[in-house]
Amino acid sequence: MRKLIIAALLLLSPTVLVANTGGPALLDADIDLRDQASLQRGAKYFVNYCMGCHSLQYMRYNRLAQDLGIDEITLRENLLFGDAKPGDLMENAMRPQDALKWFGTAVPDLTLVTRWRSSDWVYTYLKSFYVDPTRPYGVNNVVFPLVGMPHGLSNLQGIQEPVFAHGHGEPVVVGVKLVKEGTLSAKEYDTMVRDITNFLTYAGEPMQLERQRLGVYVLLFLSVLFIIAYLMKKEFWKDIH
Amino acid sequence: MSAEGVNNMRRRVLVAATSVIGAVGAGYALVPFVASMNPSARARAAGAPVEADVSKLEPGALLRVKWRGKPVWVVHRTPEMITALATNDPKLVDPQSAVESQQPAYCQNPTRSIKPEYLVAIGICTHLGCSPTYRPEFGPDDLGADWKGGFHCPCHGSRFDLAARVFKNVPAPTNLVIPKHTYLNATTILIGEDRGAA
Amino acid sequence: MSAEKTENLSWIDKRFPLTETWKGHLAEYYAPKNLNFWSFFGSLAILTLLIQIVTGIWLAMNYKPDAALAFASVEYIMRDVDWGWLIRYMHSTGASMFFIVIYLHMFRALLWGSYRKPRELLWIIGVIIYLAMMATAFFGYLLPWGQMSYWGAQVIVNLFAAVPVVGDDLSVWVRGDYVISDATLNRFFAFHFLLPFILAALVFIHIVALHHVGSNNPDGIEIKDGPKGNRWSPKAPADGIPFHPYYTVKDFMGVVVFLALFSLIMFYAPTMGGIFLEAPNFQPANPMLTPPHIAPVWYFTPYYAMLRAVPPMWGSQFPGVVVMFGAILIFFVLPWLDRSPVKSIRYKGPVFKVALAIFAVSFVVLAWLGMQPASDLSTLLSQIFTVLYFAFFLLMPIYSSLDKTKPVPERVTA
Repeated sequence: MRKLIIAALLLLSPTVLVANTGGPALLDADIDLRDQASLQRGAKYFVNYCMGCHSLQYMRYNRLAQDLGIDEITLRENLLFGDAKPGDLMENAMRPQDALKWFGTAVPDLTLVTRWRSSDWVYTYLKSFYVDPTRPYGVNNVVFPLVGMPHGLSNLQGIQEPVFAHGHGEPVVVGVKLVKEGTLSAKEYDTMVRDITNFLTYAGEPMQLERQRLGVYVLLFLSVLFIIAYLMKKEFWKDIH
Repeated sequence: MSAEGVNNMRRRVLVAATSVIGAVGAGYALVPFVASMNPSARARAAGAPVEADVSKLEPGALLRVKWRGKPVWVVHRTPEMITALATNDPKLVDPQSAVESQQPAYCQNPTRSIKPEYLVAIGICTHLGCSPTYRPEFGPDDLGADWKGGFHCPCHGSRFDLAARVFKNVPAPTNLVIPKHTYLNATTILIGEDRGAA
Repeated sequence: MSAEKTENLSWIDKRFPLTETWKGHLAEYYAPKNLNFWSFFGSLAILTLLIQIVTGIWLAMNYKPDAALAFASVEYIMRDVDWGWLIRYMHSTGASMFFIVIYLHMFRALLWGSYRKPRELLWIIGVIIYLAMMATAFFGYLLPWGQMSYWGAQVIVNLFAAVPVVGDDLSVWVRGDYVISDATLNRFFAFHFLLPFILAALVFIHIVALHHVGSNNPDGIEIKDGPKGNRWSPKAPADGIPFHPYYTVKDFMGVVVFLALFSLIMFYAPTMGGIFLEAPNFQPANPMLTPPHIAPVWYFTPYYAMLRAVPPMWGSQFPGVVVMFGAILIFFVLPWLDRSPVKSIRYKGPVFKVALAIFAVSFVVLAWLGMQPASDLSTLLSQIFTVLYFAFFLLMPIYSSLDKTKPVPERVTA
């Protein structure tokens, strides 16, 4: 039997070489969906800096307000613009044909971005813009090469330059370094970007905390049911053993 | 093995306990399925209260807004229209608005409104659901000299006065429904919600 | 039973075989008394099918099978429909759990020789059920209309195009269009809704076949061939016990454990790290942009690895398609490949044990390889393990008859 197991493990060993590695290392976004203050700030930043171009078309304002502990007056004053109503979806006025003209591509909706890219990716992305005079908006991004998006937060973050790795062939961008601070210090910008990422993680799955909360009760109930079901089984099976 | 009787008792208890706990679990498991069939957040948003701005509504004029897919009328009644309301009473089925389902408690009054000068009513005939026509003029030819303004339904001829109360001897059985509403300020009515009587 | 109850019961019994069915299939269906852990998966499969049907119907109350509306309707269910998120996660978790349960159920058959005479037909019905399950899952995966849904379907339907001569016309007919489109989505929804009910009928037939020959057991010996007479009936097999209450009570316990595992996943890891709910599928389908890495859902990846392992021959991917389908269809002939004088692994020799272990390992490794991006190394490994997979079946007539078996007991053992 032991020989069998060793043989099986040996059979399996080459497979570790096939393990998938791809892309630059991602920074840890340190998501905390219980940090309501962070989520509220993130919502505010998103609506003010991102929503002009990026919609959150599956998110309703009133749901956001309820989940983040924002009362209706604050909602109306800070997050609702134009004739948007609290029950509305967080859509914007960016037309696909305009986006194509201005950015060369449609501007993606961001409701689910942390689910298909990951929170760490979004966080790293927002910190990874660097100057690149060859690009239409003068910036490029380490985790999203040739991105069409301008760096909307550049006067807050400041200027970053690429850090190259020199190997065989063309030098490759592997990181960034801050060369000129913007209106926010590096730490303040980092917090802001983390808040936005935190908020987007919430927006990707608003019921996440609720499902984790319910899970506790369900598992507790099933444990109780298991105990009694087990006792019942043992009792009946006394006949057999 | 111990006596069969004792064995059976334990079994009965265990089966009963399992059944009870199991049934409780099944009940809780049913909740999401039943609840999911309620109106969704989208339906609730579409059914949200609607604001009506009456600042530019002339005396005698009617404003139509859509709420929950239904037409809601706001009529700016003239003093003449208001005083004429009482004269209709003998000709009406329910002049005192006794049928409670047709209006909120704070509209159970002679003018069926919060402020006498504004009537807020759902413009759907209580007969078969057509939307009646607004007939504010007094004593037109087709409605007779006694007509003190109101609504006339073109489908089967039902008639309502300017407090949306139904006349006798017409197909419609009840007064038009007055929806919940409240005044956000002197010239804005929020239809679909009451925040205490104004 | 009270006099009234007996009266009511006999009224029904004269018109419907209620008591007869109860006795024949539950209270007086004698199953071997030594059934163990591996027996749980049959009843769990029925439970999972039920869960999928109920959650599926509830999802269908709000899902829109239209290319322009499908993706948004899933998010609508997740956010705007009360408890919609739970029903959705139940359905996605249930799909993967269904395949875990079925693979373990099939593995039990391999362990105990449950495909051997007189259960060949039972096994064949089971393989048909497996095929119907795979079809259901394939149709269902297109429905969210995400990037993986779209491109996964594109790749698999293109396999039909690999069929010589009729391939192109066949794939256009399947799609109802020249590419995966709204026409495809709508009909896949119709098929996805229909198949589970055919599955349910097949499961019924499966149980009829089982009860006709009686259940197998870990020792692989036929209790009906053994001595007669037990505590409940003089004519029943000595090693048989009534299914009810003993196995109903035991299966109930199994159900509770299963539900706990199900809940653990559903409430704490519904995406299972991108294996149960794949990350690219949170992006709406984009016919203009292929994701960097397309793979089917995990339960199809063993066969996908085999497909990719076979290089194009004579300019066609068809040989790969043949190998892939062959790997599934070969299950049908298993009853006739096993020439061992004994049924259960307990009494088979070391060769069969090693062969089965290699088969199981190959299946798991191929599943993992099928999830990785293609590379020279992964292709080579897939080729090796595909050969090992087929060797289990194709060499079985030889090694199963040559293997040194142990004598089987007369009566069942624990």
